[in-house]
Amino acid sequence: MTALDTERPADVQRSAPVRRGKAKPVGGVVGSIALWVYAIGALLPLVLMVSSSLRPNGDLVKDPLGAPWPPTLDSYKTAWTDGSFATYFVNSLLVTCGAVLLSTAVATMAAYGLARSRSRLLGAVESLFMSGLMLPIHLAILPIFYLFDGVGLIDSRLGLALMYAASGVPFSVFVLTTFFRQLPEELEEAAALDGASPWQTFVRIMVPMVKPAVATVAIFRFVPIWNDFLFPLVLLRDDSKYTLPVGLTTFFGENEANYSAIFAGLVITTVPLIVLFLLATKQIVAGLTAGMSK
Amino acid sequence: MRRRTSLLFVTPALLLFGVFVLYPMVTAFSYAFFDWKGTTRSDFAGLDNFRTLFTKAPFTTDLPRAIGHNALFFIGTMLVQNTIGLSIAYFLYRRDRTRRILQTLYAMPYLLSPIVIGYLWTLLLSPTFGPVNTLLTKVGLESWAVPWLGQPSTALWVVVLVSVWQWIGFPVLLYGAALGGVPDDLTEAARVDGASHRQSFFKIVLPLLVPAIGTVSVLTFIFAMEAFALPYAIGGSTGNPAGATDFVSLLFYRTAFDSGAPDAVGTSSALATLLFVLIFGGAMLATWVLRRQERRITG
Repeated sequence: MTALDTERPADVQRSAPVRRGKAKPVGGVVGSIALWVYAIGALLPLVLMVSSSLRPNGDLVKDPLGAPWPPTLDSYKTAWTDGSFATYFVNSLLVTCGAVLLSTAVATMAAYGLARSRSRLLGAVESLFMSGLMLPIHLAILPIFYLFDGVGLIDSRLGLALMYAASGVPFSVFVLTTFFRQLPEELEEAAALDGASPWQTFVRIMVPMVKPAVATVAIFRFVPIWNDFLFPLVLLRDDSKYTLPVGLTTFFGENEANYSAIFAGLVITTVPLIVLFLLATKQIVAGLTAGMSK
Repeated sequence: MRRRTSLLFVTPALLLFGVFVLYPMVTAFSYAFFDWKGTTRSDFAGLDNFRTLFTKAPFTTDLPRAIGHNALFFIGTMLVQNTIGLSIAYFLYRRDRTRRILQTLYAMPYLLSPIVIGYLWTLLLSPTFGPVNTLLTKVGLESWAVPWLGQPSTALWVVVLVSVWQWIGFPVLLYGAALGGVPDDLTEAARVDGASHRQSFFKIVLPLLVPAIGTVSVLTFIFAMEAFALPYAIGGSTGNPAGATDFVSLLFYRTAFDSGAPDAVGTSSALATLLFVLIFGGAMLATWVLRRQERRITG
């Protein structure tokens, strides 16, 4: 099943032009209204999150549903400096970007190697990676904790990034292998005739051809790593190393009555994802279904 | 490509995966079969750690309750998510112009961290300051303005609904794709033969969606068994109020990192192994049942 490909094949469209025009959407106008009402309901909590963060806490307590006018950025200042969100933000960015870059790089290489090999040994390696799709990595937190403890990676952003990079390998390899297999092998033969080494062929010819898939995989890995909570909760100790989700729990505990500041913290944690979403909606939606039908 | 060359391409990923995923995963199970004193491993213990889970406090009370909550969480999300998700997908089907934008809007909450979602709803549902209760009071439903997350009778169901709200984009997309695969000819032939919308949905469309419903169910099951961050944000590590939102993964976390019990490593590893067996066994069983159903329909 090509998950998102809802366009009908050309011949079906051609053979049934009249019928296509007749097929009415289910539910008519009532259905459309219901869909938009649900959309508004689904987004209302997010709108409240943003608008509440722009209001003074006093106002918020008096009238939780009021408009954010005039908007104030005070609660952002509280969260960003007093609440150390500046630090958490940089940590999250370092860990997530490091992990995504490393994971995508090694997974792209591995996917290419696997797609172009018929050896039984590499077939076994591929099955090993595929088994990783089914392993709930969170259950391995204790051995990971002791492994990190043993090699001095506790309380280390590098350790966290390495772990995330590794846990993303199965999914990325799985998606990218499929893409590499679709490319004709004549490409390599031509490159070899021109005197290119396998590495040159990979970097100059193959990678550019699978760029959209690489981008999808990278973006789709970004979201769960950015949002992850258990690993930083267990593997980080020092407040200055915290990523946003763990930092948020500390901040929530210390500012229980300052709702406005907590809302600001929630928005800060979410903003990069929204930006990413606006830049790459198509890839994210495609990635959602790719992740689903794995 | 020569085997040696392909192997070179695969090696970095294999090393990373082996050290940080495969090795910890495999040792995670071995931990469960040894006696532990603090962080030192001593004798082989056979199934002793598992016996502890079923005979000793606090597991005798906490574990059945947590498993029950995981089960209710799964059943609740399944029912609500499939009903709403499928209805939305069915309404979106054939709405070519608005489908993409609405699908995108429904997928928005998926982006947020479960921690953010948990805190967001804790604030929205707060009894002292809380837009939800304010709204309910304003529209004359004062009796509905209850401390949603403060009373055991409602807290678990709030977790269920919040989770559905976050993940609804998934079934909408997947059912949308599956509906795209239902040939228009079939439903139209039924219409010509005088079938109502309802009849053509239940007799033709729904049976064709069984594989998609199965996929959603299996993934929801795995997800429900692993749930950690959302309940942690809403009810803390002990599943407040009064353990009403306690889950197996929270119990695992408490046992491993909070209990300070001398045999914590052994018992928590046994718990992780048990959870793995439940997830893996459940997913396998569901897939098997599904295959049989599919064969019955198509064969």
